[in-house]
Amino acid sequence: MAKTTLGGIEMEIDEDGFIQEPDKWNKEIAEDIAKLESAYPMTEEHWKLVNYLRDYFLKYEIAPPIRMLVKQTGLDLKKIYQLFPGGPAKGACKIAGLPKPTGCV
Amino acid sequence: MDEDTPLLDELEKGPWPSYVKEIKRMAKKNKAAKDLLGIQELSYKDRVTHWKHGGIVGVTGYGSGVIGRYCDVPEKFPDAAAFHTMRVNHPAGWFYSTKSLRQLCDIWEQYGSGMTNMHGSTGDAILLGTTTDNLQPCFDSLTEAGFDLGGSGSALRTIAGCVGQARCEWSNFDTLKLVYDLTMEFQDEIHRPRWPYKFKIKASGCPNDCVAAIARADFTIIGTWRDTLRIDQNAVRNYVDNGFDIKTLVVDRCPSEALEWDEKNKELKLQADDCVRCMHCINKMTKAIRPGVEGGATILIGGKAPIIKGAYLSWVLVPFMKIEPPYDEIKDLLRKIWDWWDENGRTRERLAELIERIGLKNFLKEMGIPPVPQMVYKPRANPYVYF
Repeated sequence: MAKTTLGGIEMEIDEDGFIQEPDKWNKEIAEDIAKLESAYPMTEEHWKLVNYLRDYFLKYEIAPPIRMLVKQTGLDLKKIYQLFPGGPAKGACKIAGLPKPTGCV
Repeated sequence: MDEDTPLLDELEKGPWPSYVKEIKRMAKKNKAAKDLLGIQELSYKDRVTHWKHGGIVGVTGYGSGVIGRYCDVPEKFPDAAAFHTMRVNHPAGWFYSTKSLRQLCDIWEQYGSGMTNMHGSTGDAILLGTTTDNLQPCFDSLTEAGFDLGGSGSALRTIAGCVGQARCEWSNFDTLKLVYDLTMEFQDEIHRPRWPYKFKIKASGCPNDCVAAIARADFTIIGTWRDTLRIDQNAVRNYVDNGFDIKTLVVDRCPSEALEWDEKNKELKLQADDCVRCMHCINKMTKAIRPGVEGGATILIGGKAPIIKGAYLSWVLVPFMKIEPPYDEIKDLLRKIWDWWDENGRTRERLAELIERIGLKNFLKEMGIPPVPQMVYKPRANPYVYF
């Protein structure tokens, strides 16, 4: 597993740049990942989505479905892709420090 | 080859084409292809795949179109440590100019392994194997050449249809035009996954169903006709006079016994009400029998391969619909279905599974479609069986 410096501390990341220890996550780490994901500087709307993902994950240990995310944050999918060009999974979830969403492709 | 691949070599034996042969050919000029052979051989030797599950990579602004793949022994195979697949949306009916095919291959030789899968069962032109860093520049070159990525993940998948009226006289509507129109209309749904799971739309121009839409699409559009078969009795006689055994090959095999051969008057008689539009007689006597003139399509829903539940064939939702631009009826229906499925579906639940869980009755009520006998799933051969 590769290591990199995020938010001033050394973090383990996977091939796609997802951090491996979600409990070490903090705002500085989020901002450093956001720089790599073309989502920097982070505005209030960025944080709204990231904090929602973070809270949902801490509560349910899983990423929310897209429909719920759109409903709860009031940000439509188009807006989300503007904020996070990598999209909700590759962009926002990574910045929020969630484990890599698994999905069948 | 300096690599020793005894297990893979087995796959080169026999009369059929071999992907191993193709990869070996590419391995002479591409390092990733060389390592791909090594990974495959090791997987056979260890009897376990050496590809990791999943991977999230992509290009700016898109959530689908790229499938991330990583090898779990990258130190052994550094040139295929990342081997991502790009799905390129094919032109409707798979009509390419040789120029555009060359362009596609040139781009892929520059940014990827050079190996393609033309075409995958998704319909897309599949570009096999590249690194994360090459994805964006490759995508940029593809779009510059007029290509776009197709769907992957929990999105609308690349829409596919049979060759239709471009080459086939049996097509009951213009499949190419419909596929292109829907693709352009639903760009957002293709590129930005938003649903519980994948959703596939496929269109065949007649019940021969050359793209197997009934088995492979959640939303299946199959051409049919509302009036009756057109029979050219002179052409029928011509077949019979030339020794064609019309009774055994056609009349006896009509599944609904709608045909009768009048030996005395040399005439093929049709009980139009009994015809289930199976295409058998048309396929057997191409010069004598044709579909009717009032073309359109039957809309079916729910086809899928097994994952949560077993395989489903699509079943009838709308027995007959005219298929004409701007296709508003189809588009409205699709949007209504998606909205309901997205609201009620669990993660990775396909449309058919959701309908089965909640009930067809409730689904129809939400769609505002009255139930009709043609919707009965089993036993059923065709929407035109009335019972």
